[in-house]
Amino acid sequence: MVNKNEESGSRVIISVLGQDRVGIIAGVSQILSEHNINILDISQTIMQGIFTMIMIIDMEKSSIDFARLKGLLQQKGEEMGLRIDAQHEKVFRYMHRI
Amino acid sequence: MFTIQEIIETIKMVQEENLDIRTITMGISLLECAHENNKIACTKIYDKITRLASRLVPVGEELEREFGIPIVNKRISVTPVSLIAGASSLEDYLPYALTMERAAEEVGVNFIGGFSALVHKGYTEGDRRLINSIPQALAETERVCASVNVATTKTGINMDAVFHMGRVIKETAELTADRDGLGCAKLVVFANVPEDNPFMAGAFHGVGEPECVINTGVSGPGVVKKAVERVGDGDFGLLAETIKKTAFKITRMGELVGREAARRLNVPFGIVDISLAPTPAVGDSVAEILEAMGLERCGSHGTTAALALLNDAVKKGGAMASSYVGGLSGAFIPVSEDEGMIRAASEGALSLEKLEAMTSVCSVGLDMIAVPGDTPVETIAAIIADEAAIGVVNQKTTAVRIIPAFGKTVGDYVEFGGLLGRAPVMAVNKFSAEDFIKRGGRIPAPVNSLGN
Repeated sequence: MVNKNEESGSRVIISVLGQDRVGIIAGVSQILSEHNINILDISQTIMQGIFTMIMIIDMEKSSIDFARLKGLLQQKGEEMGLRIDAQHEKVFRYMHRI
Repeated sequence: MFTIQEIIETIKMVQEENLDIRTITMGISLLECAHENNKIACTKIYDKITRLASRLVPVGEELEREFGIPIVNKRISVTPVSLIAGASSLEDYLPYALTMERAAEEVGVNFIGGFSALVHKGYTEGDRRLINSIPQALAETERVCASVNVATTKTGINMDAVFHMGRVIKETAELTADRDGLGCAKLVVFANVPEDNPFMAGAFHGVGEPECVINTGVSGPGVVKKAVERVGDGDFGLLAETIKKTAFKITRMGELVGREAARRLNVPFGIVDISLAPTPAVGDSVAEILEAMGLERCGSHGTTAALALLNDAVKKGGAMASSYVGGLSGAFIPVSEDEGMIRAASEGALSLEKLEAMTSVCSVGLDMIAVPGDTPVETIAAIIADEAAIGVVNQKTTAVRIIPAFGKTVGDYVEFGGLLGRAPVMAVNKFSAEDFIKRGGRIPAPVNSLGN
């Protein structure tokens, strides 16, 4: 089943890569909650010594557009010395699902 | 949902392995712009291109941001200009090229293809004038690309056109000698040219195409190379399977971006060209894929077999990934645009003759090859004729993009910079083909049964 949000493309994947430290999830979540963006799923792991966090969010009711969110996340990433990026979920669905 | 591994795999492809969308190319029909008054025709051409393509670059940049995948080029292809300009009595078609240049500049694309003619069976008056205008047009513009189709499997090879193109290439090189013959990097001579190719310099918008269309070309040699390295010493079955799966993933990105771009621009989606297109960036090399398969250098014995395997596996994976595959769709082996090819040619591992053999199992042909500036016109024509013969007999596209480097000889380099890269001047056979080339006429179409 493909639900409505998947179809409309309001799902976005946030990826955080870098050195683990206190407040990564808090920092990202704060930006999201301030702009009414819902978190659907979070997972994190250490891959090849690099802290990796993936967040799946829904921007359907977001108060800001995608470009603005991406800018805010990148800014946050620079502050925290991490690489934070946002990409449409479609990219991953196209590549990894037949 | 997705696993972290899947998400990281995608991110790594872009971050570390140079995955990108090489081009979103908007094809625009100019058929309605033909007019006996060339000034009116040029105004119509300018207006139509700038109207339809006004949002091409912004939409490309928007997709780049949202999908997190670089879209390196946004480009335009138009109806072969010989078909449009032929309506006027103008002898020199330079004004048409300058109009294309201005339109391309206005909408912010780096190349516009379609200063083209299709003469595989013969010339119209418009074709003749266009081809004669090519050297000046390429010398006086930056963005305009020219192509001429001189042969097809169904019609054979127009050897008059082949000889003509030898002269045009030489003249283009001469006029742009101060820039290492840059004009020739924007000029392709084809056999069996596809009408929906999104890649420059050979792109044009065929007459069977719709009013306006979006075609995309993917890149990704770096991704395939990494995948091949992970196979280690696995056998050929595993190697082919791995490349196939990787090509699938790469092509899916082309499909996604093409479809989204078409939707947002409100024009039909045409095709994904599944060619593996290298860049001069380190690691983004088709030659290095072949070397990762176990060849000491690209160009060694075994290279043609390795390339055949690569090309076929890419097509199998790509065909599954896209609903419409078209254009050139095969591995590209341009010398100047591929670091591994440059190295192989510089070290003497790769000769022109080996490259020619390689073009019989992949797209597209002798591409971005620099030869000594004193190479005779007849020899250049003979190189084109050989390539056309490979294409015509094997029912595939072949092309020649060759740069006679004025004042330079074997061992020297030509430098273009950017995506066009740099190329070592390669040796050509010293013996003459003059009497053969000067016969004139056409080489008949080959028989398609008795297929050995």
